[in-house]
Amino acid sequence: MTAVRDSIRANMDRPLTALYLLLLFAGWANIYSAAYNPDHPNLFDTAMEYGNQSVWIVVCLVLGAAVMMVHGDFIKNMAVPAYSVSLLLLALVPVLGKEVGGNTNWLQLGPVRIQPSEFAKFATALVLTRYLSGLQAFRGMRTRAIATAIILAPVGLILLGKDVGTALTFGAFILVLYREGLSGNILLLAIGVAILAVLSLILRESMFHIPFWGREVSGQYFLIGIITLTCLFAFWFISRFVLKGQRKRLYGFILFTLIGSAVFISAFDFVFENVLSERHRTRIGVTLGLVYDPQGLGYNAEQSKTAIGSGGLIGKGYLKGTFTKYKYVPEQQTDFIFCTVGEEWGFAGTTLVVLLFGALILRCIQIGERQRSRFTRIYAYCVASIFFLHLMINVGMAIGLAPVIGIPLPLFSYGGSSLVGFTLLLATLVRLDAERLSQLR
Amino acid sequence: MRFDDRRFVLMATVIAVCAVFIVRLFWLQVVDDRWKARAADISERKITVFPSRGLIYDRHGELLVANTPVYDIMVVPREVKEFDTLALAQLLGVTPKDVHDRLTKARAYSGYKPSEFEKQVTADQFAGISLHLHKYPGFYAQSRTLRTYPERIGAHMLGYLSEVSQRKVEQDPYYRAGDVIGVGGLEQYYEPALRGRRGVKYVVVDVHNNVQGKFMGGQYDTLGVEGKNLYTSIDARMQAYGERLMAHKKGSIVALDPRTGGILALVTSPSYDPELLVGRVRNHNYGVLQRDSLNPLFDRALQAQYPPGSIFKLVQALTALQEGVITPQTGFPCNKALVGCHNHPMATDVEHAIQYSCNPYFYQVFKREIEQNKDPDRFKDAVLGLNEWEGYVRSFGLGERPRVDLPAAKGGRVPNTAFYDKRYGKGGWAFSTIYSVSIGQGEVEVVPMQMANLAAIFANRGWYIDPHIVTAIGHPDSLTRWERHKTKVDDHWFDLIAEGMRRVTEEAGGTARAARIPGVTVCGKTGTAQNPHGKDHAVFVCFAPMENPRIAMAVYVENSGFGGTWAAPIASLLMEQYLTDTITRPDLEKRMLEADLIADEKNYKPFVSKRRKR
Repeated sequence: MTAVRDSIRANMDRPLTALYLLLLFAGWANIYSAAYNPDHPNLFDTAMEYGNQSVWIVVCLVLGAAVMMVHGDFIKNMAVPAYSVSLLLLALVPVLGKEVGGNTNWLQLGPVRIQPSEFAKFATALVLTRYLSGLQAFRGMRTRAIATAIILAPVGLILLGKDVGTALTFGAFILVLYREGLSGNILLLAIGVAILAVLSLILRESMFHIPFWGREVSGQYFLIGIITLTCLFAFWFISRFVLKGQRKRLYGFILFTLIGSAVFISAFDFVFENVLSERHRTRIGVTLGLVYDPQGLGYNAEQSKTAIGSGGLIGKGYLKGTFTKYKYVPEQQTDFIFCTVGEEWGFAGTTLVVLLFGALILRCIQIGERQRSRFTRIYAYCVASIFFLHLMINVGMAIGLAPVIGIPLPLFSYGGSSLVGFTLLLATLVRLDAERLSQLR
Repeated sequence: MRFDDRRFVLMATVIAVCAVFIVRLFWLQVVDDRWKARAADISERKITVFPSRGLIYDRHGELLVANTPVYDIMVVPREVKEFDTLALAQLLGVTPKDVHDRLTKARAYSGYKPSEFEKQVTADQFAGISLHLHKYPGFYAQSRTLRTYPERIGAHMLGYLSEVSQRKVEQDPYYRAGDVIGVGGLEQYYEPALRGRRGVKYVVVDVHNNVQGKFMGGQYDTLGVEGKNLYTSIDARMQAYGERLMAHKKGSIVALDPRTGGILALVTSPSYDPELLVGRVRNHNYGVLQRDSLNPLFDRALQAQYPPGSIFKLVQALTALQEGVITPQTGFPCNKALVGCHNHPMATDVEHAIQYSCNPYFYQVFKREIEQNKDPDRFKDAVLGLNEWEGYVRSFGLGERPRVDLPAAKGGRVPNTAFYDKRYGKGGWAFSTIYSVSIGQGEVEVVPMQMANLAAIFANRGWYIDPHIVTAIGHPDSLTRWERHKTKVDDHWFDLIAEGMRRVTEEAGGTARAARIPGVTVCGKTGTAQNPHGKDHAVFVCFAPMENPRIAMAVYVENSGFGGTWAAPIASLLMEQYLTDTITRPDLEKRMLEADLIADEKNYKPFVSKRRKR
């Protein structure tokens, strides 16, 4: 072992660190603009959001430096305790927490409010990584069950606080499982289910006339009918053109698809009607273009698109975004911070931000793939997946491609907990990666 | 089993999502302009700064037209919270259905932009409303001004304000639908000066519709220009007195200061209260006035064209003297075989002829003008004579529109050879065809404004300045210049006319002795404009004092027969009031004020009109 191998500074991944600092600075600059008040121009004025954010950024930089001091084994060993503490805090939230905007996900600790779910992501990533890295292969029901339980435990607690958005971000771990060997069919199944869900949502409001039968049926049944006909055609096709030995497997597949679809569509209808709240139903409806409600629940999405669209090619200029500045976009320092980027920096700025995030995520994947250590590789995928899901949902929501789900844009959205959470995620990856030449786990 | 290749699936997914986002962003931000328009629509407001319209003063600084504040109740539908419809309806004095309908209409227009909810609430009404308006979020008041007429006189010459017509909007880029514009009178003639120029401010508002600042630092804002005040030569007291004297009579009065051409009073009767055509009641009242059988909207002083009657004899005498076809001492017998006349001593010279207003005398005078024996053919001779005569008559401002600063003045008619050729054919007429013109009947026509100008020419002994109302625009000292015109008749002939006119009022046998004013030498001339539809119209022109005249006037009283009975006394009272500031003949005044010459025409429905509260 040489000195270079041990030197953290020499082995810190420069591109990732640079991307992090760049996004951190850009995010802070945008919060400053979004919350800008000429009466309080001071960067550290804690009466203003950007003042608080400045403090949090300092905290994050200190924390990041601290992580660099820590040995990789310590991190690995901290996984289970951190996870336990997170679950405990999450369990406390519904009891002690404050309700903000329909969600209960805050804990008041003295002068600061923290959001345990943001730390839970980090802790869950560590524990999942630790569990998966200890396996020979991701195989067997037991393995899958444990991995699923690790993910679902915090999700369940978060759902108690009705914070659907944050709970959804834990879905990111599916990508990690896929990388580690989860059958791709499961992902395809998930995509198929999603398509079915969207189709049945689109069709459920319309009635269809059935030829030769003289009756009208609602959209879901029409959909089931179409699937049945398709399956019958496939059955006929297989019986005519496929070799006998192959047929049985394909028949099974057809039968599974048919029954599965019918059950799912009926169940989905039930869940949509009885489990989701009106608010969620409308939000989903607005995104799919089924509900036009620009004054009501569609307001956020409409205002967000307006702010971004008004930016044009190069934007209105820093601190000159009137639409966001004059509070037309709700939650614009937090969930809709991307609007400020869009309005003030235009297409140039939004593209740059999307590209920076894309680069960050791809860099994480690249880092993961260059590890000899399974632990670091899996962990890198956790980080990449979490960032990816946040980017996908947050930006997607701001530009009207996803329903309005209140999750932050990493490093951009105002809020200490998420900033610290994402910093820990990245710093830990940088720390673990820095050990790749000297450690083998 | 290794799954290393799966990294490519994941990387491809990330790249695909980023690509979709960028395409979508390109669409939102660069291609689709809808969002920019929506952002501007929601967050930018164009505020029009209406300049206050110029005021109109009389010669002594009395206000003839002023501005009074009214309030428009505006609504921004998006900010409206649930409210008590009935209470708001009562507050504004409308029905709950109105409230509902107007709100629906405002919503249909825009949720973010203010719409007019109730227009032109008067200051008195608003005092009560303003206390409660804060209970209705989304509603607010916006002040603007309406015209008000402190003296309630001069409706025709002042004009009124109306919403601009669609045609005008298309013609003149300054105007936009809903703007007001002056219609008739000074309001129309001086519209550009009175209205000023509106300014436009672009502001940015926040989501609560509070103004947050100028749009783009105000670089698109334009500064308004205040409307300019008009300073007029009108004497408000005289105008008011003239209107009172003309009440219950049809006719008009035009009084001028002959030295400046400034109009002192411009009365048309029947008239109407200018306040009737202000604000919300204007449309209703305009309809009522339009249907009125006495036609109060008709501006007689500028548009009624009458034969000038005997007063034209003065022009005939002057023209003949200048042409040299008669001398001051020329006398003609009163030969009633030529043209009818009343009984009077024979006119042995021009002055007496004027004093007696002898018809056959002026028949002979005109005959000498037309038949000057320059051509042996009497038809061709008449053409030559008439052409020359026309040039003289036109130099008195007759036969052409007065260049007065009011729209819609008529020009009357001086018949010329072209006119007669058209009527009778070339060579189809001679003196015997047109002799009625000699005594101011027949084809010759004048409007009262021209008649008053004639009086001013006599007063000035041969020249006039175009009659006008406005003497200064913007500032009392910024005098506007008006053109001075000289007649083709030499000054000294006018002394003869003045003397003749003096005799009309002062000497025994004069036709207008009722026009005498104690202590002032009045020169006048009566006339009768033949009226084929009924009783003749009486005319009286006059000026006073005889030396250095300060006032010249024409008074028309329709269907009153002889000019000396009504027209002359009214003129006399007005001149006395203007020159001496006193009325020494209260009996005469009383008789004139109380005279009702249109009683038999008044069997129309009583005049019903809404009046704006003041």
